[in-house]
Amino acid sequence: MIEEKDARKLSDAILKRCKGNPAEVTLLFNDAALTRFANNIIHQNVAERDGEVTLRFFIGKQIGTASTNRTDEAGLDELVNRAKANAKTSPEDPNYPGLPEPEAYQHVAAWDQRTAEFSPEKRARAVGAVCQIAVEKGLNASGAFSTGSLKLVVANTEGVFTYHTQTNADFQTVVMSNDSSGRAQESAWKVDELAVEALGREAIETAQRGHNPVKIDPGEYTVIFEHYVTEDLISSLNIYGMGAQALQEGRSWMNDRLGEQLMSPLVSIWDDGTDVHGSPLPFDFEGVPKQRVDIVKKGVVMGPVYDRYSGAKMGKLSTGHATPIKLRGYGPLALNLFMAPGDVTVEEMIASTEKGLYINRFWYTRLVHPRDCVITGMTRDGVFMIENGEVAYPVKNLRYTMPYVQALANVEAVGKASHLLVGEYGGLCARVPALKIKGFNFTGSTV
Amino acid sequence: MRALDLAQLHGAQYADVRVVNNRIESISVKDGIVEELSSSETEGVGVRVLVNGAWGFASSRNLTNAEIDHITTQALDIAHASGLVSGEKVDLGPKVTSQGTYQTPVKIDPFHVSLEDKLALLLQADAEMGKVQGVRTRRANATVIKEHKHFANTDGAFTEQTIFETGGGIQATAVGGSEVQVRTYPNAFVRQQVTGGWEAMLSWDLPGNGQRVSSEAVALLTADPCPSNITTSLILGGTQLALQVHESCGHPTELDRVYGSEAAYAGTSFLTPEKLGTFHYGSPVVNLTADSIRPLGLGTFGWDDEGVPAQSSPLVQEGLFVGYLMSRETAAKLGRFSNGCMRASGWNRIPIIRMVNVSLEPGTWKFDDLITDTDDGIYMESNRSWSIDDKRNNFQFGTEIGYEIKHGKMGRLLRNCTYTGITPEFWNSCDAVCNADHWVMWGTPNCGKGQPPQIAHTGHGAAPARFRNVKVGVLK
Repeated sequence: MIEEKDARKLSDAILKRCKGNPAEVTLLFNDAALTRFANNIIHQNVAERDGEVTLRFFIGKQIGTASTNRTDEAGLDELVNRAKANAKTSPEDPNYPGLPEPEAYQHVAAWDQRTAEFSPEKRARAVGAVCQIAVEKGLNASGAFSTGSLKLVVANTEGVFTYHTQTNADFQTVVMSNDSSGRAQESAWKVDELAVEALGREAIETAQRGHNPVKIDPGEYTVIFEHYVTEDLISSLNIYGMGAQALQEGRSWMNDRLGEQLMSPLVSIWDDGTDVHGSPLPFDFEGVPKQRVDIVKKGVVMGPVYDRYSGAKMGKLSTGHATPIKLRGYGPLALNLFMAPGDVTVEEMIASTEKGLYINRFWYTRLVHPRDCVITGMTRDGVFMIENGEVAYPVKNLRYTMPYVQALANVEAVGKASHLLVGEYGGLCARVPALKIKGFNFTGSTV
Repeated sequence: MRALDLAQLHGAQYADVRVVNNRIESISVKDGIVEELSSSETEGVGVRVLVNGAWGFASSRNLTNAEIDHITTQALDIAHASGLVSGEKVDLGPKVTSQGTYQTPVKIDPFHVSLEDKLALLLQADAEMGKVQGVRTRRANATVIKEHKHFANTDGAFTEQTIFETGGGIQATAVGGSEVQVRTYPNAFVRQQVTGGWEAMLSWDLPGNGQRVSSEAVALLTADPCPSNITTSLILGGTQLALQVHESCGHPTELDRVYGSEAAYAGTSFLTPEKLGTFHYGSPVVNLTADSIRPLGLGTFGWDDEGVPAQSSPLVQEGLFVGYLMSRETAAKLGRFSNGCMRASGWNRIPIIRMVNVSLEPGTWKFDDLITDTDDGIYMESNRSWSIDDKRNNFQFGTEIGYEIKHGKMGRLLRNCTYTGITPEFWNSCDAVCNADHWVMWGTPNCGKGQPPQIAHTGHGAAPARFRNVKVGVLK
């Protein structure tokens, strides 16, 4: 992995090759490992080391991009030649606002040496402990325990040089019987913050309570969502409309609603790349410092996140939310989301519910219509009927089709505890609590 | 070979190594402005080892001897760690000793077409879309890929492959009031993709379809909504049916899912082994095949990433479930031989079971006759949303466009079309499949599976087909 002084040398070497043309280079080096298990044994166990170098080359407002994972002299020459050729071919982009100038950014602690050096043997033993408990209970554990580190540099010919180091760890498990399942997950940048065995027991307990599930009629129900569901709610709202480009294209749930009380006053959502309680990243992929952005404040729609391109189009400054070049077509995105916790526990939410459903997680959720972020998906790994303030019996998985905007308008209570989760493709992370929501619409059930 | 020798010296019963160089060129145009013009080239090596019946894998971008030694040793250490939580020892079945080279047949090498020519095509398509009033956003893109791969294993296999892919498409988005409508061509999500050269892109004639795509997007803004919560006959167009096949036929036949390997992420399957040879997956007109040999298929190659030769095998014959997508290890559990479905998304990933080309075989109907034969129904085309449960039973799909069918004629335009079902009930309701004249090899270049995640490119041949008594209109 690359140290800061070597990263500066490398980025300087690339920018120097651009011979006076404006240019921006991004270096992303990662060292990652993952131990995967199924049927109570480790069946896949992998490690990778990679380094991606991406160059944006400018000839006025003509922009060409090239990337490589070679860092030898010939590789860098070839990279610059390709980027230059791409720029020469590309017509001008009249909307391009130019490269940012250097700005001070907050250096945040996100590196843990123990996590960076966490061995395959340590991962295996932690996994083995969970599998052993599952075996003793007659259940089948599967999951993944990953640890890794990355180093990110964004530099440009205007003098920007930003450097960030980060470790990450994630444990997730699905435990199954022949007719039930449970799941638990947690992410952290310090591996010692993951209570792996406790997560395993959480999934095991859900699976044990789920035997003999009953098929119920779809319809509207009051629901209590574990934080795993909340993560899906706000990640979907993010992908389908928290970025300024979605707003500009008319396909965001925020369109025509800025300043409106669209959601429950209990709902506040913000993005903050400098908060160490998330998976911090203090600058974006243009090297612009991240700002804390209120997306929804006490139910009022505050506004989107911006990068320089979308900001320039709307007369706004970048909020530091440019995505990596290969995702730039999606526009800016919030990568470090938080939802404000509340003041009730999940147990208190259940106790306050006469009839409803207690749901562990959602699965395979997809956009049906963008206006109110209508999403369809399935429940998975633990659904339980609540009657008279108690968990009464397990229920077969249900399909829902529901506007997520409406769901967050219907929030009746927010959980006290919040948990950090990194999304299934990494990069997007959220720290979220449990929720109680009325009137959630289920449209079908599985066999 | 260095990695294989080192692995065996340190006690590996089996090892394989892949060295992969991957080149991609990508151009996207939005509203007449170039949004992206980029090229990437990456390379690396991945070593997989089996030690005392447990797997280890390590990979690196660095191809020096020292690094290869390092990652081989790392893979062995990882395999030893796997052995701490192991069960039945892995059995790979008969040895695989394939030798040879393969290259995707191309007429026009897509990397020999100038960037200027590629861009000119997209700008022309964009201009055509822009001739229609009322479109909010226009997109056009082209992507070309060249993967050069060497594979060797300790059984004695050594193969070299060069796979070309060409992909692209156009999309028009119209916005009016609270409605947002999208039309794409040739395939959903702005991209049809095939193994082949630039001749494929030229055959799609993006400029020639630009005005139609825009006009349809605008027309959908004021079209009638799909009838809600009714049960009717449904005819699915080829591109939508390709995705239906992908989600409800391809994935449940992945044998690793059946054996629980994907339980923590992608899920399992309702097609459990006792159903093989006895379960009526679909009606007698339903025939599904897995192959890696058909022209243009994104799953077409010379050998899979275990060195198993490309081949064709049935999954469903006249409705009866008869086969799985397999690896050496999973096939051995079933007492069969691998049918070559192990694919890794790159040098830094292990091969896992992926779809190759999973296709619905053509039937006997002409499309016009199928419409004429349908008294009351809906025709839907071009996917807009898709969702299915973790065992691949309950699904819900949405399409960009639909047309009501009344008394054998296509009638009014319908927007926000959705339909839902349970996989085997749905396929058993299939009573007609169009013939080979209407059969096209479609591409799905964005299939996600595995931990860490891998994106696979899969092929799906399909012709329009009719399904009876399907629940449609589930927007709420």
